[in-house]
Amino acid sequence: MASSSVAPSGSVFRRPLATKGWGSWLTTVDHKKIGKMYGFTAFAFFLIGGLEAVFIRLQLAEADASVLSAEVYNQFFTMHGITMIFLVVMPMAAAFFNFLIPLQIGARDVAFPRLNAFSYWAFLFGGLFLYSSFIFGGAPNGGWFGYAPLSTSTSGLNMAYYGVGLQILGISSLAASVNFITTILNMRAPGLTMMRLPVFIWMSLVVNFLLLFAMPVIAVALFQLTFDKVFFTSFFQAATGGDPVLWQHLFWLFGHPEVYILILPAMGMVSEILPVFSRKPLFGYAAVVFAGAAIGFMGWGVWAHHMFAVGLGPVANSAFALSTMFIAVPTGIKIFNWVFTMWGGKIRFTTPMLFAIGFVAMFTIGGLSGVMHAIVPHDAQQTDTYFVVAHFHYVLFGGALFGIMGGMYFWWPKLFGKMLDERLGKIHFWLWFVGFNLAFGPMHIAGLLGQPRRTYVYGEELGSSVERWNQVSTLGSLIIVVSVVVFIWNAWKTYRSDEIAPHDPWDARTLEWLTPTPVPEHNFDVIPTVTHRDEFWHRKYAEDDAGRAVPVPAGASEDHAAEHGEHEEHIHMPDPSYWPLVLSAGLPFIGYGVIYKSIIWAVIGLVLLLTGVYGWQLEPVAEGDE
Amino acid sequence: MGDPRTWRCRARWLLPLAAVAALSACSGEQTALDPQGPFAERPDDLFRVVFWIAVGVFVLVQGLIIVAVLKFRDRGDDETLPVQTHGNTKLEILWTVIPALILAGIAVPTVQSIFELSEEPDGAVTIEVFGHRWWWEYQYPEAGVETANEMVIPVGRPVRLVMTAEEADQPDVGVIHSFWVPALAGKQDVIPGRITTLNIQADTEGRYLGQCAEYCGLSHANMRLRVIAVPPDEFDQWLEEQAADAPRPDEGTLEAEGEQLFFGGACVGCHAVRGVEVDGTRATGNVGPDLTHFATREEFAGAIFEVNEDNLAEWLEDPPAMKPMTPDERPSLGMPDLGLKPDEIRALVAYLLSLT
Repeated sequence: MASSSVAPSGSVFRRPLATKGWGSWLTTVDHKKIGKMYGFTAFAFFLIGGLEAVFIRLQLAEADASVLSAEVYNQFFTMHGITMIFLVVMPMAAAFFNFLIPLQIGARDVAFPRLNAFSYWAFLFGGLFLYSSFIFGGAPNGGWFGYAPLSTSTSGLNMAYYGVGLQILGISSLAASVNFITTILNMRAPGLTMMRLPVFIWMSLVVNFLLLFAMPVIAVALFQLTFDKVFFTSFFQAATGGDPVLWQHLFWLFGHPEVYILILPAMGMVSEILPVFSRKPLFGYAAVVFAGAAIGFMGWGVWAHHMFAVGLGPVANSAFALSTMFIAVPTGIKIFNWVFTMWGGKIRFTTPMLFAIGFVAMFTIGGLSGVMHAIVPHDAQQTDTYFVVAHFHYVLFGGALFGIMGGMYFWWPKLFGKMLDERLGKIHFWLWFVGFNLAFGPMHIAGLLGQPRRTYVYGEELGSSVERWNQVSTLGSLIIVVSVVVFIWNAWKTYRSDEIAPHDPWDARTLEWLTPTPVPEHNFDVIPTVTHRDEFWHRKYAEDDAGRAVPVPAGASEDHAAEHGEHEEHIHMPDPSYWPLVLSAGLPFIGYGVIYKSIIWAVIGLVLLLTGVYGWQLEPVAEGDE
Repeated sequence: MGDPRTWRCRARWLLPLAAVAALSACSGEQTALDPQGPFAERPDDLFRVVFWIAVGVFVLVQGLIIVAVLKFRDRGDDETLPVQTHGNTKLEILWTVIPALILAGIAVPTVQSIFELSEEPDGAVTIEVFGHRWWWEYQYPEAGVETANEMVIPVGRPVRLVMTAEEADQPDVGVIHSFWVPALAGKQDVIPGRITTLNIQADTEGRYLGQCAEYCGLSHANMRLRVIAVPPDEFDQWLEEQAADAPRPDEGTLEAEGEQLFFGGACVGCHAVRGVEVDGTRATGNVGPDLTHFATREEFAGAIFEVNEDNLAEWLEDPPAMKPMTPDERPSLGMPDLGLKPDEIRALVAYLLSLT
């Protein structure tokens, strides 16, 4: 639906104007819409990655099974890992960054709205590009960390898709990181000093700095891998002077910060949810913030703990064992502060709170098995077995996904203007919690009993108890499926319902709840001036001398919401644009051009890309009011 | 059923505390929880200490969560808000320093063990290990013995494995594998273009299961291995037998027919049968396993099939159908379907089984 304002003279670079209808989603630069698109797309990939996991579990439900062939199994476990990491947890975090960063810092959009749209489209095209490999001859099959020289010396172009696909996703992440860092540092509302920032914003800042520095590392590695694979260079081939271990160093130098890229956003969300439902502020705010930043720094010095079986020598192994042990300290600080946030509170067991408590409990288990990996001599037993599979699922599912699910239930009313059903939410949580522990708990034991990871069959020789634990895992994975169905049913039911959520349903603490529901395009009619950490809560309550909170009627949310609409002044918002979509659409074509060594496809991609760049530069401002 | 060990394992499975089951060595021949030599015991000792520390932290944290959740739940009895505490510096210092001290305590024996385990033990037997897609080659350089998948070692004596990865007899070519026999030692990667080492030792006789633990492509799951620990005198005898030339079948037998086919056909391109010349042809191929004393091994094809007439016949009929391999792609991996006729297969199987 076009608005009435007229675009400047019929230039080819005329800006689109629609803010409603399906077309508006293609050209939007609104951070809230882009956040939703990230969320929907990531959730769709979550279902696909989950389906792959179910097939893996069905194959492993008994010894010597043949549900999947070796080749298909190898593609499924590789794509399951790639999907869940690069197409689910990272973009889910990006969805929350998008939606929440401007709202929580009292801004009207991100610093570079068109770049933000570009990041989303590059993510979507990167994901579709990776999955197109299933149609064109076979998906990546070399494991999500694509170890060279296996990845460069197998027949087929499977791992070429990996090299180019991850490169496109990396471009997306890199662009987004620049955007979010700039937004957080420069667009905070007046008075919102760094030490008043919500912890979610702090964790977002750390994550985006990690992305900014980690993405170039993996970009270099992926170029080398792609060149080895497609153009027969020799970065990783020992026989022609390359080094097979170089890939592992580069990959994990990216890969370990990546682990914190995956977990810190969830830690931020949990740090927002726990205080709201404990009805008291986060315990040890400064400690939690500094622990997060410390993890961000220390995360660069632990990469070789993924490589204890490589044979780097006792000195290197000892150094990385020590750094790995001591990164547990800031993590522990966070856990204790979360627990003491609840301590002495008045806890309301809403669905988001259940997920947040589940996060703290499950992530602790993942942290403890993580410390066990630092015991290098025994890590040589654990690594590449199901023990390590259990460990990182406790961190990434028990941690990241629990946090993200909590975040979904918590911010859903602000995102979509409606409350998810609490009863279904609790059914979802308990099925999810039980299913998760049944699926991944037994893997610790199966791994110690000798079951290696990434094997499409395990023999009966491993013993009947290995098989039994695998059956429990498979059962657990099916329970997780049921819980996800409950969630989808909940979302559908909510979508169909007419009940509008209140502006501040949870009695929350941070600025996003100051906006009316649904959030208008410009977020805030008046940019708030911040005087406290947890600004919104302090507008509702004050503390007396004894530390007791007392309500301040004048600042209550409902009163405040009534102010909206009274401001007639013109608020300039960024205009929609086609060009981020056009620009990013060039990337997969260039990708096909590289993989198939086809000049035509590369040129098509390059033309799209350059058209996008020039269109982006030359397009006018629709309103003509610059 | 009658075996008390099996029964104990069943009973353990019923225990609600998964952690207890995790630490009790029970059924499963490839378990890391039942070390059988010093190079597996040392890591296991460390693990047991850390495991119980972890259990302590687990109980503390989960206990605090449970108490907080029960004690401080909103009972809905009044509208007042709780006291707004913002933090406590003493507590912050406490839960920074105590975990750091615990970790420092764990770090000391860890670093000690890392250095000790990496040293070459005195009086060790050296065995050279080559990881191939998807089978293991072992060479005993002092005795001039070459075998595959099943490694024989003397009981009670340390063994130094000197390892690399290679394919089709081309040094530095191949992919990364990992040698892992949990009962005897942790795993060690095997890397093309590099030499890595691993110490193993078995203190009791037995057949220890292991397998490749670094994902190496299509048939990674089928790259298993065994270490067979025998008394030292038996070991010496085994070396002597394995160093000998391959036995020759009597003329006119089915085995002799098989030998003719073996030396006259494609087999010698990839396999070695040492010390035998048939019609001027020697079998010196080094792409696939050395078959000189093939019939002394219990399993073949990456130790996934038992050596017997039926399995061998099925194998020779169409190897990639039995074990996923890609002989027709580049790089060519594994044994192709040679289009052998049934009577050729019968003769070849008879010959292979005569290679004691």
